[in-house]
Amino acid sequence: MSATPPAGTASLKLARSNRQSPARKRADRFGDVALRVICAAAAVLAAVVLILIAKEVFEGAQPSFAKFGFSFVTHQEWAPPLEQFGGRGLIFGTLITSAMALLIGAPVAISIGIFLALMAPAAVRNVISPLVEMLAAIPSVILGFWGLIILGPVLVNTVEPFLHNTFGFIPIFGSPQTTGASIFNAGLILTIMVIPIIASVTRDLFAAVPRDLQDGAAALGSTRWEVIRGVVLPTTLSGIMGACLLGLGRALGEAIAVSQVIGGGTESHLSLFKNGGTMASIIALQFNSPVNALHTASLYYLAALLLIIGVAANLLASWITLRFRAAAGGAP
Amino acid sequence: MRLLPGSRREPEPFDPTQPLVATGNLRRRNGVSVFIQGLAVAAAFAAVAVLVIVIIAVVSHGVKAISWDFITKGEPEGIGPTLVGSGIIVGIATLIAMPIGVLIALFLSEYSGRRSKRPVQLMMDVMNGLPSIIIAVFVYILLVAHKGQAGWKASVALAIIEVPLIARGTQEVLNLVPSAQREAADALGVARWRSVLTIILPAATGGIVTATLLSVARAAGETAPVLLITALGHGDTFHFNPLEPLPSVPVKIFQLSEEANPEGFTEAWGLSLILIAIILVLGLGSRALLNRSKRKLTR
Repeated sequence: MSATPPAGTASLKLARSNRQSPARKRADRFGDVALRVICAAAAVLAAVVLILIAKEVFEGAQPSFAKFGFSFVTHQEWAPPLEQFGGRGLIFGTLITSAMALLIGAPVAISIGIFLALMAPAAVRNVISPLVEMLAAIPSVILGFWGLIILGPVLVNTVEPFLHNTFGFIPIFGSPQTTGASIFNAGLILTIMVIPIIASVTRDLFAAVPRDLQDGAAALGSTRWEVIRGVVLPTTLSGIMGACLLGLGRALGEAIAVSQVIGGGTESHLSLFKNGGTMASIIALQFNSPVNALHTASLYYLAALLLIIGVAANLLASWITLRFRAAAGGAP
Repeated sequence: MRLLPGSRREPEPFDPTQPLVATGNLRRRNGVSVFIQGLAVAAAFAAVAVLVIVIIAVVSHGVKAISWDFITKGEPEGIGPTLVGSGIIVGIATLIAMPIGVLIALFLSEYSGRRSKRPVQLMMDVMNGLPSIIIAVFVYILLVAHKGQAGWKASVALAIIEVPLIARGTQEVLNLVPSAQREAADALGVARWRSVLTIILPAATGGIVTATLLSVARAAGETAPVLLITALGHGDTFHFNPLEPLPSVPVKIFQLSEEANPEGFTEAWGLSLILIAIILVLGLGSRALLNRSKRKLTR
């Protein structure tokens, strides 16, 4: 072998250095096992953390669970000084804000997905797509602050009176309050947060719909919309539902922005324009100043409920997407 | 297809010299199609408009607060210590999260069989979707209750948020590394761990850095974990010790927004502008980096 090796690639050098001396073999055997074990250990560590999260939160909720049991969910009053805790108003608030976010956000987001995947020319798509993702990057605390200072007054002075005067016969459009903090405001902020999530997932779904199917429908004389309604939406339906569940999980668990714009009430009422609270927002607002031990435990109780709902939404979402992937992969 | 006005005239004898025009039912269907496509365009531009409106609000209000003193001095004139505190918290979180995230990604792409891949993947999805307030409550019970607040404890919470992001980003790039490279290394008799450390990981460096930057951007804006765990940090003088409570930018914005004090609002806008600028720069930078490294891998 010549003294100066030819300028080899990294793998060539590796191969040269890899003469099978016993020490080398031992090192390789050890290294293989070690790296595999370290990688597996990292995965196990993540699993341990997840299990610990569930265990600690449920244990923390124990005193409150022992006192109130499952009636916590249906009980209305949230009065820390009186040691009376019921989550109905907060659960109601969580559901109504998240529902509002999905009802407004999902159609808009799916339309954005359609626009980006099927309609926009590449030049437009390459600009709009990152901008929509940027919307997801805005920290929730800044969005909440904006909602409180800028959006709130606009809502209270123009939008809410208009809705109240026009649709006032529907109880959800009650009379506007003096500040902009309301369930309505929180729902809109959550809408802004779920749109980029659903839009980016559905965009990828729509882009993956086989071109042949769309061309076939178009060749049969379908208009653009008929292709979308007849081919694109039905083939991606389960994926769209998965995306919406992801958005729902985000909306349910958002604490900071909601607590900034919702005003901090704890009752359940029908009017969107009053103060309210969600499970997550009350935890953020009251956690650092608990009145008594039961108060803390009840906040943990809320966290435990939120954990169950959040994990369920996520598991369902990934189950649906897995099934969707299997179905898409299996179809010719 | 062009829709000409007045094309709904009743059937005339076919005149081949006239331009072809949709009539009747086809015309209606085309109308519906155009209308709905218009709605989709409008939705996209509405989303962009919201982004622009928020950013304009932050910039126009925030610029009034920004000055050299604002960035470098402590409270009450400036927010220097708060920036430093946030940097320390997020820095430690990233130092914890990056190795774990990369190792999990390696496990998923190099070492897991069909049976172990699904549950770990699912676990990462669940962890990624976990509300940050739950993670905050968990770390509070585990580390803060009865023991007191500290900056590094907030880092632990942020690390739990960062790990799935880094793992997913890294895994995506590892999947792009051509399997021919792995096979070539195997054929040359290179041990698996050597090929992972010297061939596969270096090829994926760009993706790992991108995923880390994105997770830093996410962690920098997370409020809930830091709020519950190190809210006592004060921004009056510079603190560098992560064993004590540290001030943090998003928590400061949150506290100022809850106070309803107009002077505080100006400071909060200034903080928001700095935070959003950092996050957008990180996001854009990592996007450029990702495109470059993907092109390198797939060419």
